[in-house]
Amino acid sequence: MSTVLDVRSVHVRRGTRDVLRGVSFAVARGQIVALMGLSGSGKSTLLRSIAALDPFEGGEISVGDVVLKPNVQRPSGADPLRRQVGMVFQFHHLFEHLSAIDNVCLAPLHVQHASPGETRARASVLLEQLGVGHRAAARPRDLSGGEAQRVAIARALAMDPPLLLLDEPTASLDPARRHSLGESLAQLAASGRALLVTSHDDDFVRSFATEVVILADGNVAERGEPRAVLSAPKHDATKALLRGET
Amino acid sequence: MLRVPLWAAIVVTAALAAGAVHAQAAPAIRWGGDAEGGAPYVEADAQDPKRVVGLDVDVAELIAKELGRPAEFVQIAFTSLDQSAARGDFEIALDGIEDSAARRASLAVTMPYYEFREVLTVRAADAMRFRSLADLRGHRVATLGGTTAYELLLAGEREQGIEPISYDDDVHPYEDLLNGRVDAVLLDNVIAERSMRRMPGLVTQPDAAAVGHYVGILAPAQTALRDRVDGILRQAMIDGRLETILRRWLVWNDDQPKLHARLLAAGEGTPAAAAVELPRSVWTMTWQYIPSLLTAAGLTLALSCLSMALAVCLGSAIAIGRVYGHRVLRAVLTAYVEVMRGTPILLQLFVIYYGLAPVVRLPAFAAALIGLGLNYAAYESEIYRGALEAVARGQLEAARVLGFTKWQALRLVRAPQAFRFALAPMTNDFVAMLKDSSLVSVLTVMELTKQTQIFATNLGSWVVPGALCAALYLAMSLPLAHAARRLEARWKVPEAS
Repeated sequence: MSTVLDVRSVHVRRGTRDVLRGVSFAVARGQIVALMGLSGSGKSTLLRSIAALDPFEGGEISVGDVVLKPNVQRPSGADPLRRQVGMVFQFHHLFEHLSAIDNVCLAPLHVQHASPGETRARASVLLEQLGVGHRAAARPRDLSGGEAQRVAIARALAMDPPLLLLDEPTASLDPARRHSLGESLAQLAASGRALLVTSHDDDFVRSFATEVVILADGNVAERGEPRAVLSAPKHDATKALLRGET
Repeated sequence: MLRVPLWAAIVVTAALAAGAVHAQAAPAIRWGGDAEGGAPYVEADAQDPKRVVGLDVDVAELIAKELGRPAEFVQIAFTSLDQSAARGDFEIALDGIEDSAARRASLAVTMPYYEFREVLTVRAADAMRFRSLADLRGHRVATLGGTTAYELLLAGEREQGIEPISYDDDVHPYEDLLNGRVDAVLLDNVIAERSMRRMPGLVTQPDAAAVGHYVGILAPAQTALRDRVDGILRQAMIDGRLETILRRWLVWNDDQPKLHARLLAAGEGTPAAAAVELPRSVWTMTWQYIPSLLTAAGLTLALSCLSMALAVCLGSAIAIGRVYGHRVLRAVLTAYVEVMRGTPILLQLFVIYYGLAPVVRLPAFAAALIGLGLNYAAYESEIYRGALEAVARGQLEAARVLGFTKWQALRLVRAPQAFRFALAPMTNDFVAMLKDSSLVSVLTVMELTKQTQIFATNLGSWVVPGALCAALYLAMSLPLAHAARRLEARWKVPEAS
């Protein structure tokens, strides 16, 4: 099993608060790792550090063959990291002025300089695979939450990154759509990608994650096979999560 | 209690009453003129700028004295004197006002008190080359707008192919003649002689292009006062007081005794206007002015489009500089925006056209385009800066994660979205630009409002010219507003998620 993401003793400080105090875990190809924790536990912060949107203060993060060091603001643009990691934001952040398919095509065309014909064909296939092929021409404002999310996933996959980060992908979905999304993510993992997903939804995590990492007080509170961890919670934070606290 | 003798009270009361009666009987006669660049007719006194001096001031005081009333000066822009006379802002205007058929048709006009010649002034080096309008085919000839001289130039445009340039004052035409922006100036000999005294290097050709007369103008109903003024002028011609005034202002010449003799021989009644022009009906004149109004509208539209294009390009650059630039660059750009927004656009236009003339002699249209463009760029930049900052941060993060450079993110994501926020205020500004472009008439650009003003002055009424002008502006701005509404509907900014 080849490791795509390796998070080692990552420390994040925001203001005077230590949000993460040395978190370590890894994600390999074929895995779906779920990051759980109460609000403010640092799930999204960690995701943003892995995507190099925000710097971190200590430790090290390896994404593929790229090593992120603390306190380094990475340059925008030509960065080998960008070929390694794709991100799906909680609120999708689809480019409002472009149709769904143009959202998917934009980065391959301008970052990879791929041919327009090929890019468009690949984008159609991706949208089709994610079940939103019929919405290719729609503007983001005309898409439902679930559709927008799938388009956002297609946009991230268009750059073919081995690691995909998804921030709260189930938050805006009804149970039926959560299940269908989980199946799509499982397919992506099966095709050899590594997925790191933050979630509050323990049913979703039980059904689709291969591993769960519970964050509390800036540390990994417990981790392991989701069914095992969630059926016999040891840490108070895990128990609180299962009680439905957020 | 103080005892006042009865007789003293009666005397004081009677004196006050008499004073009141006297003041009621002789209120000041309000007379109008334009002291701005108005020498030698009416100008501010260099010793005491609150007072006015000039030959028309002396004529007004002569008339006031004979009427037994004090004279009170009313400042009115030269081009508005006719309308103000008709409105009754003053009783009479005296300011080197030319006799014309249009004035006689719409106002009460006094007898002439001065005969002038329309003369051609050129640079000394061109004295042999440009002797008359006929020699000036394809050349720019300047004059004061709304005058007989301007009518002559318009005729010269049709018949001799000259290019008439209209100014708002009678000083800048000669300055622009000296610095080469125009090749000749056609104006009254009074003004030409004065300008030659002030600026060496100019020559006035001896032959007159036309002869005209200065008159006083009054509201149409004031014929009784007009007749009294005529009597006073006639008496001043006989007893030499008018000659004294004209000599004092160095404008007495051989034409004047002949004019006086002719007028005195003709007896009572005001002689007809000099035959410089034919009386024409409103509709003939309107018909004749329509082509020049359309040309002026075209110029307004072209100028607005080009200026707006400049303002959009420059405004975008400023906005991007202020959002992305280094601290020093941001400070410089902020200063530019504040200076352009904080000073009047008229001042900026004057500086670009006249102030920079010794360094770079911009053609009037180019100066107008640059002036409007630079000014509007400041306002546009503020709109674009706001629009750029209104684009959600998540959009930029999404672009960053996908590997776009900062400039790609700006070009492909941020700018296109900001454009939608900026569209409505931009359209507003473009409509404002269409109207603000009328300011550039101060640089002799013959845009729509200026052309309308000339039309109205020559017609003696604002009704038809005003309506036509408004219709033309609306014909330009309404389709624009409509197009903008459609574009906005198409690119409607979605509700924030």
